[in-house]
Amino acid sequence: MNSNVSVIRKSFRCAFPHTIPIFAGFLFLGMTYGIYMQVSGFSFWYPCLMSLTIFAGSVEFITVNLLLGAFNPLQALALTLMINARHLFYGISMLDRYKGTGWKKPYLIFGMCDESFSINYTADIPADVDRGWFMFFVTFLNHLYWFSGATLGGIFGSLIHLNMEGLDFVMTAMFVVIFLEQWLKEKRHESSLIGLGVSLTCLILFGADNFIIPSMIAVLAVLTLLRKPLEKDVKA
Amino acid sequence: MTFSQQLVTIGMVILGTVLTRFLPFLFFPAGKPTPKYIQYLGKILPSAVFSLLVVYCLKNVSIFTGSRGIPEFLSIAVVIVLHMWKRQMLLSIAGGTLCYMWLVQYIL
Repeated sequence: MNSNVSVIRKSFRCAFPHTIPIFAGFLFLGMTYGIYMQVSGFSFWYPCLMSLTIFAGSVEFITVNLLLGAFNPLQALALTLMINARHLFYGISMLDRYKGTGWKKPYLIFGMCDESFSINYTADIPADVDRGWFMFFVTFLNHLYWFSGATLGGIFGSLIHLNMEGLDFVMTAMFVVIFLEQWLKEKRHESSLIGLGVSLTCLILFGADNFIIPSMIAVLAVLTLLRKPLEKDVKA
Repeated sequence: MTFSQQLVTIGMVILGTVLTRFLPFLFFPAGKPTPKYIQYLGKILPSAVFSLLVVYCLKNVSIFTGSRGIPEFLSIAVVIVLHMWKRQMLLSIAGGTLCYMWLVQYIL
């Protein structure tokens, strides 16, 4: 029992520093979301419970618009599937990493937002730290930050009179940093460049609201066609 | 929208999110060997996905109207310079965001 507790404590100590940027980002963004909901006329219970149960930032912002519009559950489902389709790629990337994590696995998958995926995918977990608990704490802490931010924003939103314009850029800045980290880590940049080229092309061709699905299909197609030459480097 | 309609709408969003996260794990369970092609995708996709996420964040920037994306690109440059200099995630993110807020609120 004692050794169990020390394993858990050690994983927490190792995981927590990885989540500090997310702490700042999610508190900011979560509060922005909570304030946005409050300004749109919803009680703090909405951001509080939605941040717990949905836990997917961009879709939660869009859900505010859905709730303000006409009742259309199928549209809500289709829109969510489209915006969150990128999670399919995360799942494929995490098939191996989430293996053998026991009862934690369903929660790890449930909480696999952009940020949890990014950290759990890129972090070098020391050999003497339990992988399952490490990834559990990364996911759980992110979940907690988002929930706290959203709830605080929903409660105290009206008291904040600072000019918040531009705060949403914190999300962009975070993904630029994650992209840079991956770029600095990888030996060859084909996949990053294909991702950039394809998604920019699709953005121009299909427009801001419809480019994700075509981008995903095109990325899959190009990476599949280039499997032979790229696979050599991945294995090396 | 009534309260129960709101609940159904939120429920649909939860269902959609959970589906996109769980489907790969249901299709390729841990007990069975994962096809080689899927293993390859698992290794090669993340880099492309991180690119897609950056473009996704910038999708509503118009380079022909308004501020022409200048605040966005200047602030991203700040993020990159800060990150290459100190390689402190939090500093790069905070620096870029403050720069952006300053630009959109006071300059452009």
